[in-house]
Amino acid sequence: MNLWIVLNVVIQGVLTGLMYGLMALGLSVIFGVVRVVNFAHGEFAVVAMYATYLMFVGLGLDPLISLLPIAIAFFAVGYILQVTLVNRFVGRSEHEQFILLVGLAMIIVNGLLMIFGPDARPTNLPYSLDSFEIGPLFIDTARVYAAVAALVVSAALFAFFRYSATGTAIRACADNLVGAGVVGLNVKRLYAVTFGIGLACVGAAGSLLVTIADASPSLAQSFTLLAFTIVIIGGLGSMTGALVGGVLIGVSEAMASFFFAPSMKSMFSFALLVAVLVLRPQGLMGRRA
Amino acid sequence: MTDMWRAIPQRGRVVLVVLLALLLVAPSVLDRYFMSVLILIFYFAFVGQAWNIMMGYAGQLSLGHALYAGLGGYVAALLWVYFGVGPWMGVFAGVAVAATFGAAIGWLGFRFGIEGVYFALLTIAFAEFTRIAFDNMAFTGGPAGLFLPYEEQRAGEWWNLRGGPLLFYYLGLILAVGGSLLTAWLARSRLGYQWLAVREDQEAALSLGVGAFRVKMIAVLISASMTAIAGVFLTFYNNSLFPSQAFEIGRSIEIILAPIIGGLGTIFGPIVGAFILTPLGEALIALTAKFGLDLPGTKAVFYGLTLMIIISMRPAGVWPWLRRLLGFEENGK
Repeated sequence: MNLWIVLNVVIQGVLTGLMYGLMALGLSVIFGVVRVVNFAHGEFAVVAMYATYLMFVGLGLDPLISLLPIAIAFFAVGYILQVTLVNRFVGRSEHEQFILLVGLAMIIVNGLLMIFGPDARPTNLPYSLDSFEIGPLFIDTARVYAAVAALVVSAALFAFFRYSATGTAIRACADNLVGAGVVGLNVKRLYAVTFGIGLACVGAAGSLLVTIADASPSLAQSFTLLAFTIVIIGGLGSMTGALVGGVLIGVSEAMASFFFAPSMKSMFSFALLVAVLVLRPQGLMGRRA
Repeated sequence: MTDMWRAIPQRGRVVLVVLLALLLVAPSVLDRYFMSVLILIFYFAFVGQAWNIMMGYAGQLSLGHALYAGLGGYVAALLWVYFGVGPWMGVFAGVAVAATFGAAIGWLGFRFGIEGVYFALLTIAFAEFTRIAFDNMAFTGGPAGLFLPYEEQRAGEWWNLRGGPLLFYYLGLILAVGGSLLTAWLARSRLGYQWLAVREDQEAALSLGVGAFRVKMIAVLISASMTAIAGVFLTFYNNSLFPSQAFEIGRSIEIILAPIIGGLGTIFGPIVGAFILTPLGEALIALTAKFGLDLPGTKAVFYGLTLMIIISMRPAGVWPWLRRLLGFEENGK
């Protein structure tokens, strides 16, 4: 076994994992702050993939550019969704939230199926076959760009939550909801902003994911499960955890596809999930509750 | 049994007896299509009752019940196809395997304090893991599926579940009624009250000496076993099995819809839910076809919309509301 090949596989996994991580970051923010289980998360990622595909085919926009308007539009969608619908389900039991969001997921994924049909839509970037050659390593150019973009968006989000007043207020809601209400924070509005940010993340991630997968409704459910797996492995409420979990799952998928079969890749992710749930339920980077 | 019957108010008893009598004689007037719809309703009522025991009474959110139905179906089907062992024997093997998995999941979940959404994801993980495993196994047919062969000489062997819709209609009715009676009996037993105590406040239940771990394990075992029986029923009715359908999360969601929409933690909830959702799905197929909207996915869009509306308007389910509306409040409650 040539070690360089394995290293190649690992690097591919890391790059893919950073995109996964950004998607999971969106879920982690929603799950961690609003305490609503967004079971339509992967569905939103696929909507973003279609939007990216349309902007590429129609306007010739690169995913790295269309990412921005898509993220903004998704923020608006998330904000409105939280205000009109999800706010009423905050604090309700999980199975009720689950049915609401599964209903939404059904509408999204089947709406896409009605509009675009079941065939996958590839975004054929002019540089999708290029690669950086570093010695014996061949690294896909498109993946590198996408991973860097995912890192940039994540960094912006870290900065927002660390330094901005709104970000601090949202963290306050997550830490102590009663306290946040007592000091006069408008929790409902902050929840709407949070849901918006969560969807903006998944929108940006969806744009980047066109570099590794063709847009198709059938991806949605596996993306939702993937995002939940990553969030739990990384640790709920930990933003670094989401990225670390994403990279871990990315590498695990890449290795499983290489050494076993691509169809078996998520078996290893689920095994990892069970191991983390049992051995370290707060997640790799999470704090013990 | 008699106190269960007495708990139903007079008017409710009349309606119940009339509806049951109608269902008993219905096959003589119904055509194949309506029979098939009712068979599905019975299946969803029975399997919904199984989930209701686990979630509605014991309060454990499982989103991987397809695992038990799939395992039950596969074990019984494999025994039949490879060894000629009939489903009446196969169902015991299927239940044993499903209950073993249920015990493993329950032990992991309850022993390590995995609760709520985390427990739900544990159950999904097991179901998905099994789905992919079955996809990659040769002797189960892999992704191409497992088919129960049609054998002319066995066509009438009702004891081997080789029969027409009539057989599955009455078997389904027996399962739905039996499952509901079992749930009602359990709900009124000591165990049932222990489940409720654990569901409402586990700490308090523990402090009163309720063995939370034990009663939750019993709930998983009963629920998994019933679901496995339902899986055997559906497999021998459909005569085919595919890992992608048997174990996927969509199948698990199907199982939980009727009890949630009907009303969790009630006996009639899963039944009412099944009687609402299955015909709704069928009506949507017919309507979308009639209005020329038969694009793939149209039905599911409306179905999803209906789910969102019902859960927004009647979060506790349709049955508690319907019961009040019809004046069927339980005696003494």
